[in-house]
Amino acid sequence: MKAFAYERARSPREAASAAANDPGARFIAGGTNLLDLMKLEIETPRRLIDVNGLGLDEIKPTRDGGLRIGALVRNTDLASDKRVRKDYGVLSRALLAGASGQLRNKATTAGNLLQRTRCPYFYDPNMPCNKRRPGAGCSAIGGFTRSHAVLGASEACIATHPSDMAVALRLLDATVETVRPDGGERTIPIADFHRLPGDTPHVETALARGELITAVTLPRPLGGQHAYHKVRDRASYAFALVSVASVIQKDGSGRVALGGVAHRPWRVEAAEAAMTQGAKAVGETLLAGARTTSQNGFKLTLAERALGAAMAQARA
Amino acid sequence: MKFDTPATTNPIDQLKVVGKPLDRIDGPLKTTGRAPYAYERHDAIENPGYGYVLGAAIAKGRITAMDVSRAKAAPGVLAVVTAETAGKLGKGDNNTAKLLGGPEIEHYHQAVAVVMAQSFEQARAAASLIKVEYERAKGTFDLASAKDGATKPGDGKADTAVGDFETAFAAAPVKLDETYTTPDQAHAMMEPHASIAAWNGDKLTLWTSNQMIAWSTGDVAKTLGLPKENVRLVSPFIGGGFGGKLFVRADAILAALGAKAAGRPVKLALQRPLMFNNTTHRPATIQRIRIGATPDGKITAIGHESWSGDLPGGGPETAVQQTRLLYAGKDRMTKTRLAVLDLPEGNAMRAPGEAPGLMALEVAIDELAEKLRIDPIELRILNDTQVDPEKPERPFSQRQLVECLRTGADKFGWARRSARPSQVRDGRWLVGMGVAAAFRNNMVMKSGARVRLEASGTVTVETDMTDIGTGSYTIIAQTTAEMMGLPIEKVAVRLGDSTFPVSAGSGGQWGANSSTAGVYAACVKLRETVAAKLGLDPKTAEFADGRVKVGNQSLPLVQAAADGPVTVEDFMEFGNLAKTHQQSTFGGHFVEVGVDAFTAEIRVRRMLAVCAAGRILNPKSARSQVIGAMVMGTGAALMEELVVDKRLGFFVNHDLAGYEAPVHADIPHQEVIFLDETDPMSSPMKAKGVGELGICGVGAAVANAIYNATGVRVRDYPVTLDKLLEQMPLMA
Repeated sequence: MKAFAYERARSPREAASAAANDPGARFIAGGTNLLDLMKLEIETPRRLIDVNGLGLDEIKPTRDGGLRIGALVRNTDLASDKRVRKDYGVLSRALLAGASGQLRNKATTAGNLLQRTRCPYFYDPNMPCNKRRPGAGCSAIGGFTRSHAVLGASEACIATHPSDMAVALRLLDATVETVRPDGGERTIPIADFHRLPGDTPHVETALARGELITAVTLPRPLGGQHAYHKVRDRASYAFALVSVASVIQKDGSGRVALGGVAHRPWRVEAAEAAMTQGAKAVGETLLAGARTTSQNGFKLTLAERALGAAMAQARA
Repeated sequence: MKFDTPATTNPIDQLKVVGKPLDRIDGPLKTTGRAPYAYERHDAIENPGYGYVLGAAIAKGRITAMDVSRAKAAPGVLAVVTAETAGKLGKGDNNTAKLLGGPEIEHYHQAVAVVMAQSFEQARAAASLIKVEYERAKGTFDLASAKDGATKPGDGKADTAVGDFETAFAAAPVKLDETYTTPDQAHAMMEPHASIAAWNGDKLTLWTSNQMIAWSTGDVAKTLGLPKENVRLVSPFIGGGFGGKLFVRADAILAALGAKAAGRPVKLALQRPLMFNNTTHRPATIQRIRIGATPDGKITAIGHESWSGDLPGGGPETAVQQTRLLYAGKDRMTKTRLAVLDLPEGNAMRAPGEAPGLMALEVAIDELAEKLRIDPIELRILNDTQVDPEKPERPFSQRQLVECLRTGADKFGWARRSARPSQVRDGRWLVGMGVAAAFRNNMVMKSGARVRLEASGTVTVETDMTDIGTGSYTIIAQTTAEMMGLPIEKVAVRLGDSTFPVSAGSGGQWGANSSTAGVYAACVKLRETVAAKLGLDPKTAEFADGRVKVGNQSLPLVQAAADGPVTVEDFMEFGNLAKTHQQSTFGGHFVEVGVDAFTAEIRVRRMLAVCAAGRILNPKSARSQVIGAMVMGTGAALMEELVVDKRLGFFVNHDLAGYEAPVHADIPHQEVIFLDETDPMSSPMKAKGVGELGICGVGAAVANAIYNATGVRVRDYPVTLDKLLEQMPLMA
């Protein structure tokens, strides 16, 4: 770990402006991912700007019947919020499927969105990685790829995004609110928030330098049956091989998004037209263009079967 | 004292303290955070420097250039040690690769430098400033492709044969011929290898985390070129070892070298990401099993071949041992082959050889039972043997395998199992049951102890025996209390110090029986000395309730220490009984799993182990041992795998996020039953080991349950859902 300066921001705008002026600055909230990465010198910030004290930790109803979740709301608090549990069950379940109780107590809504990949080659500084050093090459390709992306990957990177929460937010069409270094605010649809790796896998989100997430807004509730099925090798405290977030209505229509398969939560709205025709029909569009390695091809079968399970459960 | 005739009645048989499920006497220290583990010996060393290890970035090759100047100049740095500056180093008897590499690199993350600084953070930051240039050499990293070039391991005893296996197998009416693979596995203990080193002139003290004090004192001395008497090892508490701490590792040697270079004591723990490639692991195996049987289920021919790999000079994973003894059968063979691999060093991990061997053998038996249409428990019972099948004149001292299986079948509800697979549904879960025999030999090792009756009436025991979480402190206290007629509160136990008498140490599940036998021997001597001091006949003296009695005479024990503590020392050594009789421990593992019909996720629902392992010295700590072993066996079956990058030659998943071991949610219900057994051939304690028995067979029982649930047979561990998925039933 490199030595770094630490400061507490007094307002979101001041935090954004301070970070914009210093390329070596990083925001810190829960620190559940950043501190691990700093210990391995995968992240080497010169300056940490603590945003915990900015009052961004409330969940409030919006005028159009949705919920506005402060960026600093802890995963545990969000998962246990009565309104979330009642109207956005898929989000609560996704959160509770992630990490451990201790980590969820610290981890924040914005931080969860900004988690970095768990690709083991990314985590080993001896191994070339285009995320760590653009242009260095990808050592995962041709190596151990059982957990890697089958959709939307590139020649430069086949990493997946590890978040469960983000998959539920993608399903719910959440929007991400930010403040920019100049004080301007904007909203980013969750569909545009996480990027595919392309030639620049180190650029993971739509955020500009210094731009700070202040909230995540959920539109009005969808009704229907909510489910989050996280498939993994052990029962708890493991990243998804594949996860399926779904909201299914009485008539069988609904939405589905996948985790563990791509560099971002994977949702293809066009595929949802086939929801009433079964998992295979949905899979044809949802998984179209998939490219697998010798080790991760099972994810396609698994995604389809896990979606089938969600559909069967909704019918039951 | 020498143990060379079967034990008769002795004071241990009173079972006033021994055999009771007492809480571990070191429990309060642990639960209150006061147990002094190696890295936290603030009591011994106030202001140490901190060491941080740099691991090699390549698997095989050599360092062509190394620049430590920036690290040396970094804030707080006290010293940097590399192979170039360390001086001449030897190699311990129990090490295969060097603990400080360079210029040759033998495996990934082999230590190439250690940085000492005022703080841990400074040492870590400085380590990243070291520039190393390497020249890669071509290595061999894939066991499957190295298999055909594998050779007979060194000692020439690798193969066994009785009768004519090939002919008998060819003639057998029912045949099984299958190949099974087990992956490399990590000990993944909670406490990493850690040491504090301090020099006093040319004398070295290491507070460390080590299972075998005497072996390791010798290996530290040999590596550093010191006389053995100049090295002191102190290891009273160990946060898990599982065989990974049987030997001296880089933490101890680099802390010693670092302390010398820094001119002050140094503490050093191996960083978690180094643990997987820098230390030892359980090697992967490829195993072929052939069994021939008559249609009524009698095994006529049994053959087991195993291939594993290690660095040059290393040893094989001896996976065929159990097949030599577990089942009857006239014509038999085993074969062990060792390939040279340039992966990190393979070595012992809990039930080395036996655990992966039974993961194959006990699935093969399940497969054979299906071919024969015989219940797998009945097949095992049909082929039980009460003598060594290779040497029929040599009986087992005790062998209650049949009783374990029958008791387990009854308690577990085995009768409800469907013989046909894939028949039982519980909601979306396919449910199945599996069984496997547990079997591991009981070894005995010479073990010594010193006991001292203090003026306070307390008896203090000192031995270099270790407690790796197993409960050694408690069973040694129970043994002493029983022998001396004291309550356990009047016994103090001090372990893990090389200034104490040499013990059996913690390994090979020999620790409990052997070390308490050594304490027994010392207590026999103390009883004689005390009786003599009190003027009582040592032969007839009884020790009870803090008093020594002969006939109507009764004197307080403490009176013998009136003019100073009474100290005696003795050891137990073992004669020929282990040769004339096969001493082993047995059990039956029963597992019920659910497999998600859609996703093939595998979840254990309940487990039962029934064990017959001699006298159980403390049912509570023994149960903990078996439960922990069952968890570890479940991990081996379902998730544990050090994944080899066959291009780059390293274990990729080298942290606890990537190397998954079971969590509480994985195993909701576990039960352990110990059969009533005493084994007078094992020692005066009549006890045997359970810590490794508990893992033997678990993996196969899980795999067999998965087959019973799904009808999908996976012979390539771990059994993960991707290996089942394509053969799972179609779901709507």
